[in-house]
Amino acid sequence: MSDPNTPARGFLADLRIRLAQNTALLTVIAVFVLLYGFYNASHPRGFTSAVYIQNANEVFALTMVAMAQTLPVLLGGLDLSVGAIMTLVNCLASLVLNGSPGEMTFGILLCMATGAACGFVNGCVVVYGRIQPIIATLATGAVFLGLALFLRPSPGGDVDGDLSWAATNDLYEIAATYGFADNGEAPWFQPIAGVPVPLLLLVFVALFVWLPFARSVTGRTVYAIGSGEGAAYMSGLSIDRARLAAFTLGGFLAGLGGLYLALQTSSGNADVPQAGAYTLNSIAAVVIGGTSLLGGVGSAIGSIFGALVLRTISFNFRIFEIDPLLQPLFEGIVLLAAVSLGAIRVLRVKNTLDLFR
Amino acid sequence: MNLTGRLKEEDRPILFSSLFIVLILAVGTAYTLSTQGKATLLAPTYLLQQLQVGAFLGIVAAGMMLVILLGHIDLSIPWTIAAAAMMATAVGGAAAIPVGLGVGLLVGLVNGVGVAYLRIPSMIFTLGMNAVLRGIMVAHTGGFAPQTTATPLMQYLAVAKVGGIPVALLVWAAVSVGVILFLNRTSTGKYLFAIGNAETSAYLAGIPTRRVIIIAFCLCGMLAGLAGTLLAGYSTKAYQGMGDAYLLPAIAAVVIGGTHILGGRGRYVGTLIGVTLIVLLNSVLSIMQMPEAGRQVIYGSVIILMLLVYGRGGKVTS
Repeated sequence: MSDPNTPARGFLADLRIRLAQNTALLTVIAVFVLLYGFYNASHPRGFTSAVYIQNANEVFALTMVAMAQTLPVLLGGLDLSVGAIMTLVNCLASLVLNGSPGEMTFGILLCMATGAACGFVNGCVVVYGRIQPIIATLATGAVFLGLALFLRPSPGGDVDGDLSWAATNDLYEIAATYGFADNGEAPWFQPIAGVPVPLLLLVFVALFVWLPFARSVTGRTVYAIGSGEGAAYMSGLSIDRARLAAFTLGGFLAGLGGLYLALQTSSGNADVPQAGAYTLNSIAAVVIGGTSLLGGVGSAIGSIFGALVLRTISFNFRIFEIDPLLQPLFEGIVLLAAVSLGAIRVLRVKNTLDLFR
Repeated sequence: MNLTGRLKEEDRPILFSSLFIVLILAVGTAYTLSTQGKATLLAPTYLLQQLQVGAFLGIVAAGMMLVILLGHIDLSIPWTIAAAAMMATAVGGAAAIPVGLGVGLLVGLVNGVGVAYLRIPSMIFTLGMNAVLRGIMVAHTGGFAPQTTATPLMQYLAVAKVGGIPVALLVWAAVSVGVILFLNRTSTGKYLFAIGNAETSAYLAGIPTRRVIIIAFCLCGMLAGLAGTLLAGYSTKAYQGMGDAYLLPAIAAVVIGGTHILGGRGRYVGTLIGVTLIVLLNSVLSIMQMPEAGRQVIYGSVIILMLLVYGRGGKVTS
């Protein structure tokens, strides 16, 4: 992203600029490393594969939903239906993730397509209906939850045991389940055998879904719309297409969260409060991850770490055996404190008018 | 020309939601006539009973509207309602209702300070407040429904009837008159619209924007506290999650009533009609014994439909 018109800068100057541009992201990564390191150091079985697997399982759905939330927020809006899309796909997955390998593959593809379709519906209502995203997704979220309740009036489901087991453990268990690399005992396989599958999936989604999108013209247009929609339009960018793409990708990512939740719990549950909790936590994760609610600034990578920080705080509560009754209070205070850190900006403002931007 | 022009801008949401209410009543009545052979829905006692239940939503929506007019939103409503109800029943006696209102006022004050002085987006600050309130209440009650019961006065305000009219409805009416006077007859009320339209200009024009924001959040919190106190009276006790069902319908009612979600535009009459629409829609669906799944789908579709008719934004062209 270097400008050909400016003379080449020194490496250090370049690095300094890159650091300055990514302060929020680096901060949230540092906070996560600190908190998670502390958690593992205090955990009796800390720094072992078992702990990583458990934590990766607990965090995966939220990271997906937080990534999904990032896209509408970058546009300057908000998606109140991410939790609902996750729940809908979760319920669908509990019905289709079984049978022959072919059927299961079809089921997985169907779940992904459903998530993307839900996002596309959101996009259409926002782009062609010209309704504010927050209120449009409030309404579509209700519809998605209704559909989820149709699919699964009561919790339950039939998810293929092998698939569920393989997706929610480490690579060794995949090899052992599906019988390759000498059932996971091959010497060359040992260095990577303990890597949790959800972690790999997360890295895969970040590298092969988010990054290509963010670097495409459509992705840059999303940022441009968030910074100034009028300017983006006048620059000849196709803002309608970018918005549709952003909402569709958001739905797809939220759907991945729901799909994984079905694998993790081996069931589907049209749990309305849970959907609401995921939506609200996704907003918190996005904000902690350094994405501006005003749009145009931030990234889904930050949101991943925002989600990790949120969950790691809860992990730490378990270690220190804080009275479970006090946990919600601590979580609330941490959340409030985290967002209040943004207020430091207010102290630095010299011209009061800058406050209103 | 002026008449139609004004109708387009301000009154279209009100007109269309009124027409939709008539449609809901017509469909519901046709259903009851064909299944039960009588027009249950149009019986005054039934309508009053439905509006009595709707009064709680109406009071919450009144407060929510003030905040939305500013271009902000209050997501701490659910646990403000629950906290006010729990504290009111816990204190009991003559102080119960003032304590309930006080809890709401305090929450609103904190929200207002966070939004006005710390400049944290209201969406995220009130969300955090909701989590903190939930935490405080879980710690206070031990995670169970409190054993305390509502005072006789709270029950009177929520369930009693005066001359056939539910008292809760009268409370809603009083709140409505208060909000209308506040919005139309006080300078602070007018400032809400100014700030919602252009905060910078409002500030430069000498409006004490911070104070106005705090006042709006305080009123919103206090009305949520009032609704919580009444709800505790209605069900004779407070319980966990009692406010959860009020946040999204309140926002929906305000927006269906024509208040712009980004602030600056709206009429209180619209909010009244929006609340009535949602309440009647709910009662018709329960008469039809619609399962929860169908309700959610219809509920969401109605909101989108109403907004497609009159809530569309302008196309960005510059």
